[in-house]
Amino acid sequence: MTMTTSPPATGSPSRGSGILPWARRNVWPLGFTAAAVLFFVLYQWVLANMSGPVPDFFDRWLPLSVVNQCIIWAIMAVGLNIVVGYAGLLDLGYVAFWAIGGYTAGWLMSGFFDSATVSVFGHAAAGQPHGIHINFWLVLIIAGVHTALWGLLIGAPTLRLKSDYLALVTLGFGEIIPEFFKNGDNLGGFNLTNGTRGITPLDAIPTGPFQYLSSGSLPIPAELGPFDESLKFVVYALIAAFVIFVSLRIREGRLGRAWLAIREDELAASMMGVPLMRTKLAAYAVGAAIGGIGGVCYTSAVGSIAAEDFAFSSSIILLAMVVLGGMGNVWGVMIGALVLQWINGNGLKELGNTITSATGHDINFPSYNFLVFGAILILMMLFRREGLLPESRTRQVLQEPERGQLESVGADLEGDPA
Amino acid sequence: MSQTVVEAAEPRSFRPLREYLVNGLGLLLVALVLGFLLYKAFTTPGRFFDAFVDGLNKGSLYALIALGYTLVYGIIELINFSHGDLFMLSTVVASALVVTLFGATSASVGAVLLLLVGLLLVMTAAATLNVAAERLAYRRLRRAPKLAPLITAVGLSFVYQWGGLRSNGSGQKVWPSIFKNSGFTVGGVHIEWSTVIVIGVTIPLLLLMMWVVQNTRQGKAMRATAQDQDAARLMGIDVDRTIAFTFGLGGAMAGAAGVLWIESIGSTRWDAGFRLGLYAFTAAVLGGIGRLDGAVLGGFLIGIVESVNASGLLPGGGQAWSETVVFGILILLMVFKPEGILGSPTTEKV
Repeated sequence: MTMTTSPPATGSPSRGSGILPWARRNVWPLGFTAAAVLFFVLYQWVLANMSGPVPDFFDRWLPLSVVNQCIIWAIMAVGLNIVVGYAGLLDLGYVAFWAIGGYTAGWLMSGFFDSATVSVFGHAAAGQPHGIHINFWLVLIIAGVHTALWGLLIGAPTLRLKSDYLALVTLGFGEIIPEFFKNGDNLGGFNLTNGTRGITPLDAIPTGPFQYLSSGSLPIPAELGPFDESLKFVVYALIAAFVIFVSLRIREGRLGRAWLAIREDELAASMMGVPLMRTKLAAYAVGAAIGGIGGVCYTSAVGSIAAEDFAFSSSIILLAMVVLGGMGNVWGVMIGALVLQWINGNGLKELGNTITSATGHDINFPSYNFLVFGAILILMMLFRREGLLPESRTRQVLQEPERGQLESVGADLEGDPA
Repeated sequence: MSQTVVEAAEPRSFRPLREYLVNGLGLLLVALVLGFLLYKAFTTPGRFFDAFVDGLNKGSLYALIALGYTLVYGIIELINFSHGDLFMLSTVVASALVVTLFGATSASVGAVLLLLVGLLLVMTAAATLNVAAERLAYRRLRRAPKLAPLITAVGLSFVYQWGGLRSNGSGQKVWPSIFKNSGFTVGGVHIEWSTVIVIGVTIPLLLLMMWVVQNTRQGKAMRATAQDQDAARLMGIDVDRTIAFTFGLGGAMAGAAGVLWIESIGSTRWDAGFRLGLYAFTAAVLGGIGRLDGAVLGGFLIGIVESVNASGLLPGGGQAWSETVVFGILILLMVFKPEGILGSPTTEKV
C-alpha cells in the first residue's frame, strides 16, 4: 500500500519569514495585546487627565469595572470553549466549576474560617487577624487544580453518555453544586459556605515585586484596592492572555487534535486509536481548571461570593458567548464574551437611558435581557450556526448538507427546495 | 486491503461482569431507598401518607409535563428545553383566564364549567404556541447537527421566561383555587378536593393520549415517523404535519398541567418552569424516554420522592435539598440505567 501523504489543505496561507508575514500570522494575538495596552494607556493616563464630554462618555458607556467583568467572562468562555467547542461535549452546568473556583478563593482568601490562622504570603484585610489568607496568585493555581479534580470527578462516571444525555447530567451537576453551596451553612452543624449570606470581604490582589516599579505617573500599591481598576485590568488581561495562550497551544498539540477528532466523529476517532475516555476527561479537566481560575478572578473582582451568583442562566450566557463567537475559535469566543457581557452589564442599560432621554419614553431595557439572549441564540442557530467568527473546520461540520448532496447519496426529499 | 481478515472475536469477555456489577449496584440503591420508604410508612404512617398524597398530586402534573418531553424526544430526539417554560406560561395564562377573567374562585357548578372551558382554552393556546415554535424554529433545524436544535430550545426557553417575567412580574403570585383548603379525611390522611380534581383530570387525559397514539391513524403515523422518517415519508405520511401534531399534543398536555397547577398549587413564578420542566424531564427519563407509560410512571415516582423529601422524612433532606435529590436521581439513572425503568437498551446506529 503506497500512499503519499499530502500536506493538509488548511493552514496559514503564508509561511514565509520576515516581520510582515509573521505579523500577518499572529494578527489576533498582536491585536489582543495592542488593544489591552491601548485600553490601559487610555484609562490610566489619557482619560484621567482629561475633563469634559469624552471621559463622561467612557464613564457611561464603557467604565473600567465593566471592562474587567467582560474579561473575566471571556476567561470562562474560553474555558467552556475547550469542552464545547474543541471536544464537542455540551456542558450546560459549567457554572458549577465557576462556583467551585469562587468558593476556593472565598475559603483561602478571607477571614471566614476564623478558627484557623494561616497565612501564605497572604494579604489579610485590616481587622482580620484570623482566617486563611493565601496569596491571590497561589490561589489561582490551587483553584485551578481543585476544580480540575472536580471536573475529573464529575466527568468520570458521566462521560460515556451520548450528547444530550451528557448535557442533562452536566445540567444536573450545575444545579446540585450551587444548591450545595446555598445550603452549606449547616452541614451537620458545620458552616462551610455561609449559605446565602456568602463570604466577604476577600483579600486584595497583591502586586508583589511590581510595587517597587511604582512611580509618580504610575503608582503601584502593594495591594490593589477597589479604586485600582486600571491595574486590575492589567491583572485580568494577563490571566486572559495566559488562558488563551494555553488553549491555543493545546489545540495545536496531540490532545487538541484528538479533541477535534472526537468532536467530529467519536466512532471514527476511537477506531483511529484515540482513547475516548481519557481524552474527554482531559477536556473536562482543562475546561474546569480554566473555569476555576475565572471563578477566582470573578470573586476577587466582586469582593464577595454568594450562592445566588450561580444560576443556570449563567451557564447559558456562557454557552451563548461560545456559540455567538464561533465554537472552537478562541478569538471568536473571546469577542463573543466581551460583546455579550458588555450588553449584559452596561450596554442595554445605557442604550435604554439614551433612548429614554432622547424620546421621553421610559424604556426599561435591562428587562429585555432574556428576550435579547434568547433571540440571539435562536437567530444564530437559524441563520448563522457557525458563529460570528467561525473556525474553518466548524463551519464545514455545522453546515447542513445541500439538497443535491443528500440526494446524491440516495436521500429522497419532499417539499420545495428551500 | 483485501488480504486483511477482520477477526470476529472481540475481547468482550469481561463486559458482562461489569454490567452485572453496575446493574447490581443500581438495584441495591433502589432497594435501599424503597426499603427506607417502607420503613417510614410503618413507623410514621400519618406523615408518610400525607406526603404520599401530595406526591400523587405533584406527580400527575409532572406526568402531564413529562409526556410533552417524551413525545417530542420520541419523534425527533430533541430535548425540548423550552417545554418547562411553556408550562410556566400556561400557569400564567391560566391564572389570568380562570381567576382574573372568569372569576372562578369558589366552588359551584358554574365555576367548574368555567374551569373546564379555561382548561380547553389554555390547552389550545399552549398547543398553538408549541406548534408555532416547531414551525418557526425546530423544523428548519431538523437535519442540522443535534447541538443546533438543543441550543435553539434553550433560547426559546429564555424567550418564554421573558414572557413570564413581563406578564407575571419578578416575584411570586398566589392565586385562589376553586377548592382551596377543603377536603376530606380517609383513615387519618387529609385529601384535598383539588388533589382529587387533578388526578381526576389527569388520568382521563393520559388514557386519551395513549388511545390517540396507539389506536388512531394519526398515532400510527407518529409511531412510524419516530421509527424512520424517510420510510414514513415513502409510505405517504406527511412527516411535517405529524411532527407538528406531536408538538401540539405535548403542548396541550403542558397547558392542562398549567390549569391544574393553578387549581392545586396555585402559585405562578416566572422561573418556575425551568426547575419543574427538569423534574418532569427526569421523570420521563426515569420511566424510559420515548415511552408514554414510562413518562406517567416516572412522573408519579418523582412527585412522590420529592414530596417525601420535602416533608422532612429523609434524614439530612428537606425542601432545601429537593433539587439535589431529584437531579441526584437523574445523574444516578444516567450512570446506571440510561434507558429508564420501562425502556429497553438501544445501541447506537452508525
